[in-house]
Amino acid sequence: MSTKPKMQWFSVRKELKPKQRLFLSVMSFMLPLLLWCLVSYIPWLWHPKVEINDPGAVSYFKQGMLVDRELFIKELDKLEQAGEALPQGTLANPIYLPAPHEVAVAFYTAFTTEPKRRSEKWLHESLWDSIQVIFWGFFLSSLFGVPIGILAGTYDFFSRLSEPFIEFFRYLPAPAFGALAVAILGIHHAPKIAIIFIGTFFQQVLIVSNTARKLDPSLLEAAQTLGAKNKALLFKVVIPGILPDLYRDMRILLGWAWTYLIVAELIGTSSGITWFITQQARYKNFDNVFAAIMIIGIIGISTDLFLAWLGRRIFPWQRQTASA
Amino acid sequence: MKHTLELPSYLEQDDAVRDRFNRLKQRPVTLEVQGLGKEFETAGGSVTALKDINFKTHKREFVCVIGPSGCGKSTLIRILAGLETPSSGKMLLDGKEVHGPGPDRGMVFQGYTLFPWLTVKKNVMFGLEQAGHSKQVAEEDARQWIDLVGLTSFVDSYPHQLSGGMKQRVAIARALANQPRILLMDEPFGALDAQTRAKMQSYLMDIWQNIDITVLFITHDLDEAIYLADRILVLKAHPGEVQEIIEVPVPQPRSPDQLLSPEFLATKKRLEELIHPPEEGDEMNSDHLNMVRMVPINDDVQSVF
Repeated sequence: MSTKPKMQWFSVRKELKPKQRLFLSVMSFMLPLLLWCLVSYIPWLWHPKVEINDPGAVSYFKQGMLVDRELFIKELDKLEQAGEALPQGTLANPIYLPAPHEVAVAFYTAFTTEPKRRSEKWLHESLWDSIQVIFWGFFLSSLFGVPIGILAGTYDFFSRLSEPFIEFFRYLPAPAFGALAVAILGIHHAPKIAIIFIGTFFQQVLIVSNTARKLDPSLLEAAQTLGAKNKALLFKVVIPGILPDLYRDMRILLGWAWTYLIVAELIGTSSGITWFITQQARYKNFDNVFAAIMIIGIIGISTDLFLAWLGRRIFPWQRQTASA
Repeated sequence: MKHTLELPSYLEQDDAVRDRFNRLKQRPVTLEVQGLGKEFETAGGSVTALKDINFKTHKREFVCVIGPSGCGKSTLIRILAGLETPSSGKMLLDGKEVHGPGPDRGMVFQGYTLFPWLTVKKNVMFGLEQAGHSKQVAEEDARQWIDLVGLTSFVDSYPHQLSGGMKQRVAIARALANQPRILLMDEPFGALDAQTRAKMQSYLMDIWQNIDITVLFITHDLDEAIYLADRILVLKAHPGEVQEIIEVPVPQPRSPDQLLSPEFLATKKRLEELIHPPEEGDEMNSDHLNMVRMVPINDDVQSVF
């Protein structure tokens, strides 16, 4: 028996060791990637298509063509019986599932692929369009949503006045306003920003007001016994008291805003990363499509990690453990 | 087998103590509570939490409030702080009726209630700035109060970096910085361990002896009440009413070696009688565990005695 305690992987509500946690975090990315690799590189796993290398005597087969495996076998049998030239082919996956290395290359080539038409945009320009739409949608929503949320969470007056309607309105799906937004705001960035605004704002008010309501009431009582009145209670206690939680809410809401992006960008003239994705799908450049989708994920998670890191700097009174 | 100890009556006071109480009662009245009552509306009808509470505290007096759970002692202090409104009666501070919370009645809560986003210094400055003092004046004042509670080296620390006892010292400094007429303390040391609590009690005595402050202190700890108080207001439960106001016969200034003095024990005996009356004791006797012996007959340890 060794004196060293054995590595525990499963204990109820116990944190694992840092090394174990890092390993598992890496694995959480590696497992889906591994699955993708298996499906892509092991011929007998899935591969429902056959890529034609030599059409043989089949009149409609062409080199490089993808046909269903069943069809290929049927034709093969037919020709075998007829004793004519057999077609040659290799097992392949459908065109919409590129292999990992193809997508990895596309991360580079997507940026260097020249647009088909001169009026069209490069990938980095499309991405910049998307980021602008997200920024303005989220900024405008926060500009109104945060103050209203704080007021509603602090004063029953504002809560009663705003929340019943907002509760109703948040059930209306933001994309449903697409046609209306185009009619009112035109076909360019404005209606897209409006959709992100509608998708974010109503949730934001409710989440922020809930956060404001969760402030420890004894802090307000303490402030009152120290002579703080209405306005001071709001600006000196409620707002500073909820800032770290508010900041965390904003991080979550920003993630939501990103999920509305794709719908928003389909409205009016398609633009941004969505335009790039639909365009590349049309040209059957699915490696570029995958790369573009992943770029959204990468931008999302890196913004969030950056904001989490920043949060730990600007709220020094938050315990390190509470900032995850 | 019971040890019986010959104790004097808690009403017996030696000359010095009696003389001090006579002088104490000559002092101006800081807080006067008249006919205070509080009823709560609940699903099961209205509940009387407090009924016809009357008492006075004199300038620089230390009064403890004690009572069984559910006697409304927390409700009482919250009403005095203005955090709840009484259903009847009124309270006078220096002869003037007060309503709602205000800086003239400082409060120290059991949960520390320090503002976690402010440093120790800024916490203590909070009330001073609310009172309209300039930043410089507030900061200077705050430093003095922090010095008084012995936390000078922690002025720029955040509350989460302090121990429970230290947090409560900041809370006391923060309440005192406003120079309230009365300091209301709601079981302030209830969450501290025994050692820290004893230390905090002696800090509090030191502070009280040296500055112009009247203290109303809520506790459920009999020893704490006797050790700290000039007089003890004993409440009874359902409804919360004043049962007795005890003049503590233990001479001032207090020190821990008085904890076993005859006056101390006599007072404690009286408090025990008031808070755990005998009929309640009977009830407790019938409320025993349904125990059977579950030790093997041949176990090597046959009895714990």
